[in-house]
Amino acid sequence: MTGKRAHKIWDPAMECMSRDERHALQGRRLREVVRRVYDNVPVYRARMDAKGVKPEDIRTADDIVLLPFTEKTDLRDNFPYGLFAAPKSEIVRIQGSSGTTGKPIVVGYTKNDVDVWTQLMARALTAAGGGRDDIIQVCYGYGLFTGGLGAHQGATEIGAMVIPMSSGNTQRQIMMMREMGATMLCCTPSYATHLGETIREMGLEPGKDIHLKAGCFGAEPWTEEMRQKLEELLGIDACDLYGLTEIAGPGVAFECLEKDGMHVNEDHVMLEIIDPVTEKPVPEGQSGEMVFTTISKEGMPMLRYRTHDISSITTSPCACGRTTLRLGRLTGRTDDMLVIRGVNVFPSQIESVLVGIRGVAPHYLLVVDRVKSADVLEVQVEMTEDMFSDTVAHIVELEKKISGQIKSVVGIQAKIKLVAPRSIPRSEGKAKRVIDHRKL
Amino acid sequence: MYIRQISVFLENTTGSLHSMTRLLGEHGVDLIALSIADSDSFGVLRCVAHSGELDRAMEALREAGYTARVSDVICACVPDQPGGLSRVLGLLDQGGISIEYIYSFVRNTGVDALLIFKLDDPEKGAMLFAENGIRMLSQEQVDSL
Repeated sequence: MTGKRAHKIWDPAMECMSRDERHALQGRRLREVVRRVYDNVPVYRARMDAKGVKPEDIRTADDIVLLPFTEKTDLRDNFPYGLFAAPKSEIVRIQGSSGTTGKPIVVGYTKNDVDVWTQLMARALTAAGGGRDDIIQVCYGYGLFTGGLGAHQGATEIGAMVIPMSSGNTQRQIMMMREMGATMLCCTPSYATHLGETIREMGLEPGKDIHLKAGCFGAEPWTEEMRQKLEELLGIDACDLYGLTEIAGPGVAFECLEKDGMHVNEDHVMLEIIDPVTEKPVPEGQSGEMVFTTISKEGMPMLRYRTHDISSITTSPCACGRTTLRLGRLTGRTDDMLVIRGVNVFPSQIESVLVGIRGVAPHYLLVVDRVKSADVLEVQVEMTEDMFSDTVAHIVELEKKISGQIKSVVGIQAKIKLVAPRSIPRSEGKAKRVIDHRKL
Repeated sequence: MYIRQISVFLENTTGSLHSMTRLLGEHGVDLIALSIADSDSFGVLRCVAHSGELDRAMEALREAGYTARVSDVICACVPDQPGGLSRVLGLLDQGGISIEYIYSFVRNTGVDALLIFKLDDPEKGAMLFAENGIRMLSQEQVDSL
């Protein structure tokens, strides 16, 4: 699924504009959105007043750092209409999330907001090779969740034929995919894998019985290994897709067929990467928390919305011709971040070191303690048969190799503790990776 | 020339050796040689069992979640007298062969002490032993101990 190919671009004027031009556009749009929320949303006005920031202080895109942050709790606390910046008569759509804890969050869209969101998804589908000749099967859920409707709108916009399957009923999904000759797929990467495995189990052959060529997969983080597996299983190009209800929905950022990071739709959102502790921007290429500001939204704009998702950005040019920032893979959540001897450590960084060493299993536990007022990081790794040797020196060598690589990637010395296989607790959902014994 | 040895990874915690040996006992595995090497956080138990019990032992260990493997080692008869071991080690030294580890059998033959050798060049080591009249036990001979 590699090789040179022509890149299709939905909106070249906006996607390929010079970075200077875009920066100026962002400045204009940011000024407008700040004025709008200051005048219409009491919560934002109070926050800005508390920081001593007036709308007229925002002159260029760079002034974004003066603005207050917004958190997910703000959406809950002001449920349902507290953050709306447009009158209800202007709102044409509500999307939201069920919220696993307590109150749901909802977001209101004006007609223009829905149109913008549609454009973002049209760009994403086009970048994955989609067009009017495609038959796009959408198996994201339809409803309050933005996945289904977002993909649906974008697919309709590019003139493709949409099969609005929504989620579930795998047998029926595959039957329709086969009979209708679907060429593109929109769903979560894990469901796509499940579809692929089921297709194989049914004895169907991609290329012969199934005619998918590409997919846009999002709504959960996935890895490069998973991409390879998906591409092989389904015989497709698998592109990553990022979005969140608070900002628009799927399409906030998307991969082109270069598959080298997700293009951020910077004419509609501004992205900052900050150190989650100091709240200062981190240099390009370095990992930090993604913070989004919507600069064209009317219904419910977000100022510096903290996603708690960790990623990094690059401004280097992409072979596809788009000039936007590109986002690296999402590597975790700030909720998992540890500060050890003043260094930010993400469990995913340790994980990447471990999976890169032959024979090492990706089951690990980070134990942090404070010994004589110094932080100590212990990394527990399960001893596998591939790592095991009857000679102690070989095992000690391996420990040194692991700690050396952790030191070079994370920058701190870790003590490696090899533990018995299957002794680190497994979990069905989110694995527990960290035990922090420090009394801070 | 070589005999089969089981090695098992053990965490350096109270009772871990006990529960492992109990497991082997329950499966009727008789240990005829044994040694433990350790670092500050883990240990490696090495042992020799009768070949008829080896598969059973490995199966029991793996099922119970231990990391274990089988490797080939040399079992040599070293004269049980002052200077006996030193002479054998001298041969290896002269031959430029390093010892990864050695340990002795629980049982012996009467005149000779039985030693397990893990050498960095086992082939050359075995040849040296043979040339210098140092007897090595085959797996069959170990089984009949």
